[in-house]
Amino acid sequence: MLQLKKYILPYLPIILLTTLIKLGGAVMELLIPDLMETMLDVKVAEGDLQGIYLYGGLMLLCAVLCLVLNIIANRMSAFSSGKITKAIRHDLFRRLGTLSAAQMDAMTVSSAESRLTSDTYNINQLLARLQRLGIRAPILLLGGTIMMLKMEPVLALVLIALLPVIALVVCFVTKTSVPLYTKQQFVLDKVVRVVQENITGIRVIKALSKSEYEKQRFHNVNDELTQVDQKAGIVTSVTNPASSLTLNIGLTLVVLIGAFRVDAGACKSGVIVAFLQYFVMILNGMMGVTRIFVMWSKGEASAKRVAQALSTPDDLTVIPAREPEPDAPHIEFRDVSFSYTGIGKNVDHLSFRLEHGQTLGILGATGSGKTTILNLLLRLYDPQEGKILLDGQDIRSIPYETLRKKFGIVFQNDFLAAGTIGENIRFFRDLPQEAVSQAAHHAQADFIRTKEGQMDASVVMRGNNLSGGQKQRILIARALAGNPEILVLDDASSALDYRTDSLLRKALRQHYRDTTTVLVAQRISSLRHADLILVLSDSQVIGAGTHEQLMETCEEYRIIAQTQMGDGKEGA
Amino acid sequence: MANPNIIGGNRYSRGEMNGDNRAQKAAKIPKGQLLRRLWRYLGGNRLLLILALFLSVSSSVLNLYGPKLSGQAINAISGAGNVDFPVVYRCAFLMAVFYICSSLLSFLLQVVVIRLSRRISRQMRRDVFERLTTLPVSFFDRYQTGDIISTITYDVDTVNQSISTDLLQVLQSIVTVTVSFWMMLSIAPKLVLVFAVTVPMTIFFTKWLTKRVRPLFRRRSAKLGQLNGFVEEMLSGQKTIRAYGREEAVLKQFDERNQEAVDAYTVAEANGTITGPSVNFINNISLSMVCVFGSVLFLRGHLLLGHLSSFVQYSRRFSGPINEFANIIAELQSAFAAAERVFSLIDAQPEVPDAEDAEELTDVKGDVRLEKVDFSFVPGTPIIEDLSFHAPPGSMTAIVGPTGAGKTTIINLLMRFYDTDSGCIYLDGKDIRTLTRASLRKAYTMVLQDTWLFHGTIYDNLVYGKPGATMEEVVAAAKAAHIHSYISRLPDGYNTVLSDNGTSISKGQKQLLTIARAMLLDANMLILDEATSNVDTRTEQKIQDAMRKLMQGKTCFIIAHRLSTIRSADHILVLNEGKVVEQGTHDSLMAQNGFYSSLYHSQFDSVS
Repeated sequence: MLQLKKYILPYLPIILLTTLIKLGGAVMELLIPDLMETMLDVKVAEGDLQGIYLYGGLMLLCAVLCLVLNIIANRMSAFSSGKITKAIRHDLFRRLGTLSAAQMDAMTVSSAESRLTSDTYNINQLLARLQRLGIRAPILLLGGTIMMLKMEPVLALVLIALLPVIALVVCFVTKTSVPLYTKQQFVLDKVVRVVQENITGIRVIKALSKSEYEKQRFHNVNDELTQVDQKAGIVTSVTNPASSLTLNIGLTLVVLIGAFRVDAGACKSGVIVAFLQYFVMILNGMMGVTRIFVMWSKGEASAKRVAQALSTPDDLTVIPAREPEPDAPHIEFRDVSFSYTGIGKNVDHLSFRLEHGQTLGILGATGSGKTTILNLLLRLYDPQEGKILLDGQDIRSIPYETLRKKFGIVFQNDFLAAGTIGENIRFFRDLPQEAVSQAAHHAQADFIRTKEGQMDASVVMRGNNLSGGQKQRILIARALAGNPEILVLDDASSALDYRTDSLLRKALRQHYRDTTTVLVAQRISSLRHADLILVLSDSQVIGAGTHEQLMETCEEYRIIAQTQMGDGKEGA
Repeated sequence: MANPNIIGGNRYSRGEMNGDNRAQKAAKIPKGQLLRRLWRYLGGNRLLLILALFLSVSSSVLNLYGPKLSGQAINAISGAGNVDFPVVYRCAFLMAVFYICSSLLSFLLQVVVIRLSRRISRQMRRDVFERLTTLPVSFFDRYQTGDIISTITYDVDTVNQSISTDLLQVLQSIVTVTVSFWMMLSIAPKLVLVFAVTVPMTIFFTKWLTKRVRPLFRRRSAKLGQLNGFVEEMLSGQKTIRAYGREEAVLKQFDERNQEAVDAYTVAEANGTITGPSVNFINNISLSMVCVFGSVLFLRGHLLLGHLSSFVQYSRRFSGPINEFANIIAELQSAFAAAERVFSLIDAQPEVPDAEDAEELTDVKGDVRLEKVDFSFVPGTPIIEDLSFHAPPGSMTAIVGPTGAGKTTIINLLMRFYDTDSGCIYLDGKDIRTLTRASLRKAYTMVLQDTWLFHGTIYDNLVYGKPGATMEEVVAAAKAAHIHSYISRLPDGYNTVLSDNGTSISKGQKQLLTIARAMLLDANMLILDEATSNVDTRTEQKIQDAMRKLMQGKTCFIIAHRLSTIRSADHILVLNEGKVVEQGTHDSLMAQNGFYSSLYHSQFDSVS
C-alpha cells in the first residue's frame, strides 16, 4: 500500500477529518451507556424524575449526534476512496496503454486487465472499510487498556504482556497470506485468459466439438483458484481465534493473579468485575483490529501488483535530437538488425532509402520478417543494431506524439472496437466528417452508404458483423482519414477481391500522391508499381529494385510473378 | 419453478441489438426467486451447512459459559484473606479448557464456512462457464468479453464474500435475538412495548432503504462490468492505439467510464452505509426509552431495580444483533445485484437444443444440398436470399464474390452456427436440424481466415482437434503445411509456448499452424475460408500438394480471392449481395462473359 501513497496523500486531510468525525461518533456511542449507568445508579436511586428525563434527553442527543456524525463520515469515506481509486485506475490505464509491445507480451493482456479491474477494486474496498471500521477498533482497544491501567496497573500488565503474542500471530498471518493472495490474483489471470480464449475461439471450439475439453481446462484453473483462495482464507482465519484465545487466557490469568492479590489485600474483588467489563471491550477492539489486518493482506497483494505495473519503466525512451542530416531521404533504414527473442535474427542488417511520395513494397515468404520491418519503422520495438531515420532524424529522437502523427497504419487482422463505423474510422481523433467520408470513399468502402444508419451503422465486438473485406476497407479508411505523411499497410487488402483491390490502388495513386507508402503484400499486382520492392527470405533481403529490375535479377521474384500472372494469362 | 429462460428483458437473451451494446443491464430477478436460487447453491452443500450450524451453536454456547465460570470464580474471591482457592483453581482451569475448545471450534467453523463459500463460488463459475460453452456464436458477437469476465470474477466473488461473512452472522443473530426477547418478555412485558414501536421502525426503515439502495448497487455492478468491457477491448487493441498515438484520447474515454463507475460506487456506498448508523440510532432511542420508562415504572413501584438492570442488559443484547442484521441486509444488496448478473448470464438463451430424436451422424458421405435458404441477422436486411445448390460427395464447391456478398455466412449456416430463417439444408439427405450439432460439426474440417491459437505449446495447439496424435503424425502434418522447419528452428521446438499476442509469430505462420492442425483431422468434408490469405504465394504453392491430398475424396467448400486456386472447382457459386448470380464451372462461367469473368479479369487489370 505504501507504494501507492502518492495517491492517498492528497486525500489525507479528508481521510483524517473522516477519522476525526468517526472518532466523535464513537465517543458519542460510548457516552450513551455511561449516561445510562449514571441515570440508573444515581438518579433512579435518588428518585429524581427530572434528572431521569434530563439524562434520557442527553442520551437522545448523543444518539442523534452519533447518527449524523457516522453518516457524514461514511459518505466522506465513500467519496475519498472512490476518488483515490479513480486516480490509481487513471494512471494505471495510462501506463498499461503505453506499455511497449515487448512489455505487454511479458505481462499478458489478461493480467493487465485484472490489475486494472479486480486489483483496483480490492484496493478500493480496503480504503473504504479502513476508514469506516479502522478507528473504532483501535479506540476500543486503547480506551479499554487505559481504563484498566488506571484501575489496576499490575493486573493490566498481565494482559498487556500478552499483546506481543498477538502481534506475532498477526505478523505471521500477514506474512503468509500476502504471497497467497498474490498467487490468487495470478491464478485469476489464468481464469480470465481461459474465458477470453473461449470467447474468441468459439467457432473453432464448436467446430471441433471441444466444449468438453475446454470445460475441463476451465475446471482445472477454476479448481486451482478455489484452492488458493481457500488456503489464503484459512490462513487468515487463524488470526481471530488465536488472538481471542490469547486474550482469554490472559483473562484467566487475571482471575488467578487477582485472587492472590485480593487475598493479600492488594485490591478489591469489585476491580476484577470491572476488569471483565472492559475486557469485553478490548476483545471487541482486538477482533476489529485483526479484521483490518485481514483486509490489509488482500489489499496489499493487489496494491503490490498495481504498483509493480505502474512502475514499469519506459523502455522506448526518446533520445536527444541532433541536427538532421542534410539531403536525407524520407525514410532510411541503416544497417538495422533486430531479434524478438535474442535468438536468431528477425531482421538482419537491413538498409534501404525511400524518398517522399515513393512506395516501398515488401514481399516475402511467411515468417520472413515483413511485419517486423513495419514494427521497427513504427517504433513499436527498437532495433538492437543500426538506426532508422525519418527525414534524416533518428526516430528514437522524435517525440512520441510527433512520430505517431506521421503514420496511417493497417495491421494484419487489425482491431475494430464495438461502436459505429464512423467511430472506427475516426479512431479517437478529432477529424471532420468530410475527411472521414472521403477516406471511406477512397478506401472503396462505399458499402457503408448502403448500410442502415450509414456512418452510424453499428460495429459489434471485433467487427464480427462485417465481412473480412468490409473490415479491411474500414481499416484502410481509418489509415487514410488522418491524411498521413506515411501510409503503412500490412497485407491490408488480402481479403479484398481483385477488382476492389485494383480500384483501391488507383484511388491511392490519384489522391495520395505525396504520401510515402510502405506496403506488405502477397500479390505482385498490389506492389508492382512500387518504386522499391524488397524480396525477403528468412530475414534476409534476397532482391531489391523495381518490378522490372527484379524480373531480371531476382529468381524468386520471377517465380512468384509467373505463378500469379502466368496463370492469368493462360486463363484470360 | 418458473422457467428462468422466459424472464423478460434478459440482457443476454437473443434479441435485436440496440446499437449501444454497452447499455446492457442485468435482468431484475424477483427477490424470492433470487433467494431460492442462492439457497439451491447452499443446499447443494447440506453437509457442510449442517456442520457449520452445529459448530456455530456449540462455540456460542461455550463462549456463553466462559462468563458464567468467571462469575463463579469472582464469587469465590470475596475479600482479603477470604478467597476460596480450590474453587478459583477449578474455575480457572475450566475457563482455560473452555476457551481453548471454543477457539478451536470457532477456527473449525471458519474453515467450514470458507470451504462452503469457496465451493459455492467454484460451482457458480463452473455453471457460468458451462453455459458459455452452450451459447450460440451470435451471443459473443454481441456482448463484451470484459463484461462477461467481470461477472465470472468480480460478481461471483461478491456473492462469495457475502455468503462467507454474512450468512453465519445472520444465523447467530437469530439465536441471540430469540433468547433475549424471551427473557425480556418474562421480566417486564410492559417494557417490551417499547420494542413494539422501535422494531417495526427498524423493519420499515430497512425495507425502505433496501428498495432505494438495490438499484444503486445494481448500477454499481453494471458500471463496473462496462468499465471492464472497455478495458478488455482497448487493451486488446493497444498496439493499434499506440501506433496511432491515440493513448490520450482513449484515456479520456476511459476516464469517462471510470468516473461513471466511481460515481455509481460512491452513490451506492454512501446510501448503503446509512443503514448501520440509522439502525444503531433507532436502537439507541429504544434504549433511552427503556431507561426512562423503566425508571418511571420503578419509581411507581411496578418494577424491581434488579429487574430493570437485567432488562436493560438483555435489551442491549437484543438490539445488537438487530443492528448487525440491518447492516448485513444492506451488504446483501450488493451481493444480490451481483447474483442477478451471475444468474442472468446462466439464464442466457443457449443454442436451440438438439431435437430429442436428433440423429448422430455416422458414415458421412458428404452430400450437401441447400434449398431456398434465406437468412438475415437483422429482420428486413437479408444476408442470404433464396439460395439453392447441390454439392455431391467428393465434389469441390468454390464460393466467390465481392466482399460482403455473404460467403462466410454460408459456411456459418452449413456448420449450423446460425439457423436459417427459412429453407432447408440437407446433409446426406437429412435435414441438418434433425442431426446432433456435435456430429454435424465433426463431419467438417474447417480452416478459417481468423486463426485461433490458445496460450499453450505449439504441440498442444496442433493436436487440439485430435488428442492422442503421435509425434510422427504431428511432424508430418507440420511438414506438409511447411511450418516444420520454422518450428524446429525455435529453441523449444514443438514445446514453444504461444503467448497472447504472439508478436514473434506472424499471421501467415499462424495460418500454416491452423492448416497443420486441420491436416491431422480426418473429417469427410472440408471448409477452407480464405485459409491461406496471409500466406505468401510461394509457400501456398508449396503446400498445394498437401492441400490437394487433404481435399481428396472430400466434399470441399472453398472461399478464396485468388481465383487461380478455385479454377479447378467442380462447381463455382458466384455470389453478389446475398444472391447467387451465376453458377457453373470455370469454363462455363468464363464463356458466359458475365459477372464472374469480369471479376476474373479484374485481378490482372493492372498486370497485363
